[in-house]
Amino acid sequence: MGLEEQAPSGILLTTVEDLVGYFRKSSLWPVTFGLACCAIEMMATGGPRFDISRIGMEVFRASPRQSDLMIVAGRVSQKMAPVVRQVYDQMPEPKWVLAMGVCASSGGMFNNYAVVQGVDHVVPVDIYLPGCPPRPEMLLHAILALHDQIQNSPLGVDRTAAAAAAERAALEATPTSHMTGLLR
Amino acid sequence: MTNPYVPLLWMMGIAGVLALGGVGASAILGPRRYNRAKLEAYECGIQPTPHAIGGGRFPVKYYLVAMTFIVFDIEVVFLYPWAVTFAELAVFGLVAMLAFLVLITVPFVYEWRRGGFEWD
Repeated sequence: MGLEEQAPSGILLTTVEDLVGYFRKSSLWPVTFGLACCAIEMMATGGPRFDISRIGMEVFRASPRQSDLMIVAGRVSQKMAPVVRQVYDQMPEPKWVLAMGVCASSGGMFNNYAVVQGVDHVVPVDIYLPGCPPRPEMLLHAILALHDQIQNSPLGVDRTAAAAAAERAALEATPTSHMTGLLR
Repeated sequence: MTNPYVPLLWMMGIAGVLALGGVGASAILGPRRYNRAKLEAYECGIQPTPHAIGGGRFPVKYYLVAMTFIVFDIEVVFLYPWAVTFAELAVFGLVAMLAFLVLITVPFVYEWRRGGFEWD
């Protein structure tokens, strides 16, 4: 814009949204919500080989009151669904949800009456990560994609406007069952 | 230069400012989104088991423990200053304190024989 070049060297300009996004994404603390096999891959991501500590998330809080991110890792049974909702409700804002694995995203291979067909029936999900189970590198990629989403999310009035616009676009879009051709 | 502990005072002051500033800034700038679950106790996601207001009931025999504690704790409190000035008080202090201890021993034996030290 010109203002940063004219200011003396050593002074940088930024926006509040950029700063807030950077602070929010920089050390997301997950709450331990490993339910099934995807939890093993989540544990492997926390290990030294696929270190999740390099993005600040090695501390999986046992209490939802101290966490920002809920990684739903595994299939959610009908009995577990109210527990998922209660733990989500007890997290303070700002909070995000990552549905890890196909079971959390859509019910996975368990297309039956005992498994909730996608944890988005219970909590609002920000990032879906397919895989059965997803490799730790895939989980790290999903977390980095969530970081991009957090960095670019607007604040305040812009946020409510963006949410309304997204809802409008989703309602007007053609549903997947009506799409034709190669969905690539 | 002057007092070597002055930097420590600076450090405590800065720590206080940082902590209070952080909490204060969050209290002022943070959004307030309450829901009922946030105010409930955390019990790993299940609905918390209700307990009686006032803490619920507890066995009444704890009153005996409290009473015994009061009596003998006051005795110990009186023993402390005597122990500190033991040398100055010499024999007079010893005799006076022994009389005091004997007087306390009488209710001790009484409670012992009445069964006050039996728990069940």
